[in-house]
Amino acid sequence: MLQFRLNGEIVEIAEVAPHESALVLLRETLKRCGTKEGCASGDCGACTVALRDPGRGPDARFESVNACILPAWQLEGLDVITVEGLAKGEALHPVQRAMVDHHASQCGFCTPGFVMSLFTLYHDPEPLDDHRLAVALGGNLCRCTGYRPIRAAALAMRETAGVVPDWIDQVRPFAAEACNDARAFHRPTTLAELDALLKRHPDARLVAGGTDLMLESTIRLADFPQVIDLTRIDALKTIEEHDGGWWVGAGVTYTQLAPLLERHYPAFARLLDRLGSQQVRNRGTLAGNVANASPIGDTPPVLLALDARLRISGGDGVREMALNDFFLDYRRTALAPGEYIQAIWLPRLGDGEQLKVWKLSKRRDDDISAVLMAIRLRLDDSYLRDVRVAFGGMAATPKRALETEAELEDRPLDEAAVAAARAAIAREFTPLSDARASSDYRLTAAGNLLERLRLQLAEPHVATEIH
Amino acid sequence: MRSLIDLPARRASSDNVSPAHDSAIGHVTGRASYIDDLSEPSGLLHLAIGLSTRASAGLASLALDAVRRAPGVVEVLTAADIPGHNEVGAVYPGDPLLAEGEVRYAGQALFAVVATSLRAARQAIALASVEYVDRPPSLDPVEAIRQGLTVLPEHVQCRATPAPLDRTGVLADDNGTSEQRHAGPDGNWRQALDAAPHHVEGEQFIGGQEHFYLEGQIALAEPWEDDGLRILTSSQHPSEVQKLVAEVLGLPLHRIVAEVRRMGGGFGGKESQAAALGALAALAAWRTGRAVKFRMPRETDMRFTGKRHPFHNRYRIGFDDDGLIHGAEIELIGDCGHSPDLSEGVVDRAMFHADNAYYLGSARVIGHRAMTHTASNTAFRGFGGPQGMMPIENALDDIARRLGLDPLDVRKRNLYAPGRDETHYGQRIEQHLIQSLVEQLERDSDYRTRRERIRQYNAASPVVKRGLALTPVKFGISFTAAHLNQAGALVRIYTDGSVLANHGGTEMGQGLHTKVCQVVARELGLPLELVRISATRTDKVPNTSPTAASSGADLNAMAAREAALTLRSRLYAFAAKRHALAPDSLALADGELRATTLEGESFRLDWAALVQQAYMARVALFAEGHYSTPKIGYDKRAARGRPFYYFAYGAAVSEVEIDSLSGEYRVVRADILHDVGESLNPAIDLGQVEGGYIQGLGWLTSEELKWNAEGQLTTVNPSTYKIPAFDDAPIDFRVALLEGHPNSEATIYRSKAVGEPPFMLAISAWAALRDAISSIGGYRLNPRLDTPATPERVLFACQAMRESDPAKTSRVAVQAQP
Ligand SMILES: Cc1cc2nc3c(=O)[nH]c(=O)nc-3n(C[C@H](O)[C@H](O)[C@H](O)COP(=O)(O)OP(=O)(O)OC[C@H]3O[C@@H](n4cnc5c(N)ncnc54)[C@H](O)[C@@H]3O)c2cc1C
Ligand code: FES
Ligand code: FES
Repeated sequence: MLQFRLNGEIVEIAEVAPHESALVLLRETLKRCGTKEGCASGDCGACTVALRDPGRGPDARFESVNACILPAWQLEGLDVITVEGLAKGEALHPVQRAMVDHHASQCGFCTPGFVMSLFTLYHDPEPLDDHRLAVALGGNLCRCTGYRPIRAAALAMRETAGVVPDWIDQVRPFAAEACNDARAFHRPTTLAELDALLKRHPDARLVAGGTDLMLESTIRLADFPQVIDLTRIDALKTIEEHDGGWWVGAGVTYTQLAPLLERHYPAFARLLDRLGSQQVRNRGTLAGNVANASPIGDTPPVLLALDARLRISGGDGVREMALNDFFLDYRRTALAPGEYIQAIWLPRLGDGEQLKVWKLSKRRDDDISAVLMAIRLRLDDSYLRDVRVAFGGMAATPKRALETEAELEDRPLDEAAVAAARAAIAREFTPLSDARASSDYRLTAAGNLLERLRLQLAEPHVATEIH
Repeated sequence: MRSLIDLPARRASSDNVSPAHDSAIGHVTGRASYIDDLSEPSGLLHLAIGLSTRASAGLASLALDAVRRAPGVVEVLTAADIPGHNEVGAVYPGDPLLAEGEVRYAGQALFAVVATSLRAARQAIALASVEYVDRPPSLDPVEAIRQGLTVLPEHVQCRATPAPLDRTGVLADDNGTSEQRHAGPDGNWRQALDAAPHHVEGEQFIGGQEHFYLEGQIALAEPWEDDGLRILTSSQHPSEVQKLVAEVLGLPLHRIVAEVRRMGGGFGGKESQAAALGALAALAAWRTGRAVKFRMPRETDMRFTGKRHPFHNRYRIGFDDDGLIHGAEIELIGDCGHSPDLSEGVVDRAMFHADNAYYLGSARVIGHRAMTHTASNTAFRGFGGPQGMMPIENALDDIARRLGLDPLDVRKRNLYAPGRDETHYGQRIEQHLIQSLVEQLERDSDYRTRRERIRQYNAASPVVKRGLALTPVKFGISFTAAHLNQAGALVRIYTDGSVLANHGGTEMGQGLHTKVCQVVARELGLPLELVRISATRTDKVPNTSPTAASSGADLNAMAAREAALTLRSRLYAFAAKRHALAPDSLALADGELRATTLEGESFRLDWAALVQQAYMARVALFAEGHYSTPKIGYDKRAARGRPFYYFAYGAAVSEVEIDSLSGEYRVVRADILHDVGESLNPAIDLGQVEGGYIQGLGWLTSEELKWNAEGQLTTVNPSTYKIPAFDDAPIDFRVALLEGHPNSEATIYRSKAVGEPPFMLAISAWAALRDAISSIGGYRLNPRLDTPATPERVLFACQAMRESDPAKTSRVAVQAQP
């Protein structure tokens, strides 16, 4: 039995298939049709709902998620707020009032999703500015309004009169029966349970955020016989700090990782702002991105440039390996059946080391990279040392550019070095042409990013990026 | 006497000129229902379609037994199951509901599966086995025209030898009769063009556009009333759904009702293309006797339905030292897809807008309708107009840079003006707004200062470049198919004084129902709350036109006003008689009747009381209204006439910033001044202007449709097809409606249509990108910038500039494109 609290009231559902999304549960089983489906792939935000884990106590905050790609089973034990939950009869929530006052809906189909994204911002104490709004709303598409009135509503909502249902501000934990009778969707809470489950169901699909996995069900219509959920295991939800860096647990979401990146790898943090959308970042994980092994995943090139390592568990204990040895071929990794990634090691940047990360995509927000370049280097006078360059979108896997690194190592980054590195890129990579970009663009732009780097190092006053 | 029913307390009428959308509260609370949200009829079945994977092939066999046996499947339908016509073409035939014998695009519907759940229906589709006999597909529209592959014949508009121009561009002699100026079919237009001192010529590819209405297409059909069917459809054209369902089933129209409460966006994509969904759902409901819902998943929608027409355009323009155009030759090739659909009108409208807001002199415009084996391209906001304007806007920038002038000066010099006021198809411009509108925007946006600042910035910035452009819009309002310019409405007053209106228009977010309610309320002197509009239904108002061509309010609000006026005069006549009132003293205002009695005393009667008295006196409290647009007519054989009742105007200034190393860019500021005549609802109109600009921006920048060599669309979901997101709208976005210029024609309260015209304001952003790119060559060279101008296209255009810049001014180390 699945139990959660929907708009303040406990809901119990006897049977839910492991592949089923929260959106299907809301719309088809519970007939709460305020939440819309615009794509079923996490791209449009029409299905946005807010989740809060009352188990986290008074610090618990609302997070926006895409219900269309959230496994329904992951609602268990959570506060789930949908657009139907905000207004009290005729009395609108301030977010709703502001949307009406600013004429921020036209056809109205995107509106419930925007209302819910704004709702999470409304109940979050941090101040709002344009950057924060852009980061929070990049995953909500509107085809009608051109966004201006929605921005206006967002900026005005905190000063708008309205009624907030009293239960919204109270974090009331409730005892979701710890029922492990989900026969096909397994929710281990300890590593030992996880190991046992993996032994019993070696073919089970692992799910963390589900932001990749669920598309196999919603778009390709796969039914999963067995799923093992990683998000209830406390041991996977920690970030351990060491002198040399951090072990980031496989259950840590991008949103939870963001403060660390902000402090220690600002360029990585800026990438995170553009990875998927707020809804995706609230669920997605670094480990999922790595395990998914997509050639256009955003974090693997960064992790490669940082010399990240993986702690892999399963079968006969725990092993460690360099990420660089992990990606074998297109969507093939060094994970053996029954193995999983437990944590990812982020090495601390040494003195004088810099990290640059540049993502090129057709659209700035919520788009997949055409090319992503991550480069780590140390500047020794004007000489480049310990250079790591890695690319996404340039090969069948995320890949370090070893020849390019060799061309750059131990020399100043002048025009000749850029030309040599460009030539190395052309030798090392034969990117594809696809819907996102042509091979020519990928190669040319990749080389140009080195020229951008040269200019940033040599002529820092020159503007080289659009913000 | 006891009142008939208890009356609700009447609220004071508000002076709000911009009441909110009538569903605004429903939108924000999730209570506004779309078809997929409605409580489901019992026994509802779900439909999914199997699509062709080939662009052009014979259909050798379609083996569906495994599909029939799949769990949950109730019925599988093919063309053989259609009792009536297997045809859902909107105007011309060519769109079979289900493929028969051959397929003409990848994405065409081969068969339909009806099952107990949508997932079961979709999963069963994969079990079909289809054998094709491949044929070489037509995938290149330019090549198609060379081979004579068209869906409809070409059309030519030609104006020869206009009266000579003096240096200032004013007609030296405007006494020439129109016969003289239009002598002969081809006249000597080419002579005038050739004789111009300078010429620019060029070619451009203008990409198509997926509608991406947030609500995917959907229809729900259910058996209804003795052997009839009701179709709930997300359609801009319910009457066409009704008609095509009837034809597919071989039934008379009066047995079919099509109903639309609201759509989650339409933009033209649900004009003709919604009919196939209605017809398939109806066919399945007819066969099974059960209600059937057909909701297309996003990817199916993107493969199956047509899009904005891509265009290949060529132009050759003759001009003088001042940049004044003497003659133009413009060739437009619309990529229509596999069938005519609405392409006749789309390419015509492209031709009607080849001049945009400029006097072209001796001009010849030719429009081709190429057949390619792709989904049949269809209506999309602007209906060809945007694509048709692109060559002249391209050319004006070319001319300016050739002459070393500011593009704005060249544009201004060529705008229609008194004396230079006849379009290349013979319609006279009567309301001369564009000159002053452009000048006002130029001032308000601080164009000249910013132009100078940008020049300085670019001179000092080797990588990041800024661009600025002002472009105008003149957009013709009326359906070019004259018979569609009519509308009907029905207004009812109930005995409590509440009013219900219906009209032929559909609500897709544009606020049409709100505007029509406002009009009815205004005519009856009522607070807006007393007037309501319910679902559009073909059994309330019949034979309606599509809600399209920006005409929704122009037509339907006029029809509703007619109905309201009829009711008003009935009530006046009744009241005058009953209460002995002076006939010309009567007025309905603020929810009451005000008048002077024949004795000269002032008289007041509450609206609801008036209504009840009228009812008791057996006055008919319902009335219909009908409206048809006057003055219009276009003679296609002569290629001359007045296709448009009037023109709507606007102009925009966009400023962009590009990174010439990556091709990334951003619109940093947009200023818009737009003409809606006397606005019916300024907030709704502003919403249309802003939304149109951003949608146009998407069309010209990030929204890229790609097909592979086999003719399969590869951008089939929002992961690869990118419409503008929140952060793509400029934060500095200054939009104003032009004030003090009511429509010179007698439209509803002298307002103007607003749905489509603002879309083309985004051309300024594309021109600004070109401006930024051309700064790399010192503003002397003209980059070719096809659309959508993705970062990839911008980067390669920058690179081409650097390579052809003779002065090699760049400080950036780049290499040739590999
Ligand atoms: C709208 C949208 C936008 C996106 N944008 C981006 C983007 O900009 N950049 C980008 O890189 N990605 C993007 N993604 C992809 C996705 O969000 C990321 O790859 C994310 O990091 C996946 O993490 P997850 O926890 O959701 O993975 P899941 O979906 O839970 O899992 C992904 C895969 O990894 C496996 N897996 C998960 N955790 C483990 C583990 N610990 N050990 C072994 N295997 C595991 C799963 O079995 C599954 O096969 C986007 C996705 C969506 C829906
Ligand atoms: S439906 Fe589009 S993101 Fe969920
Ligand atoms: S209001 Fe229509 S999509 Fe946003």
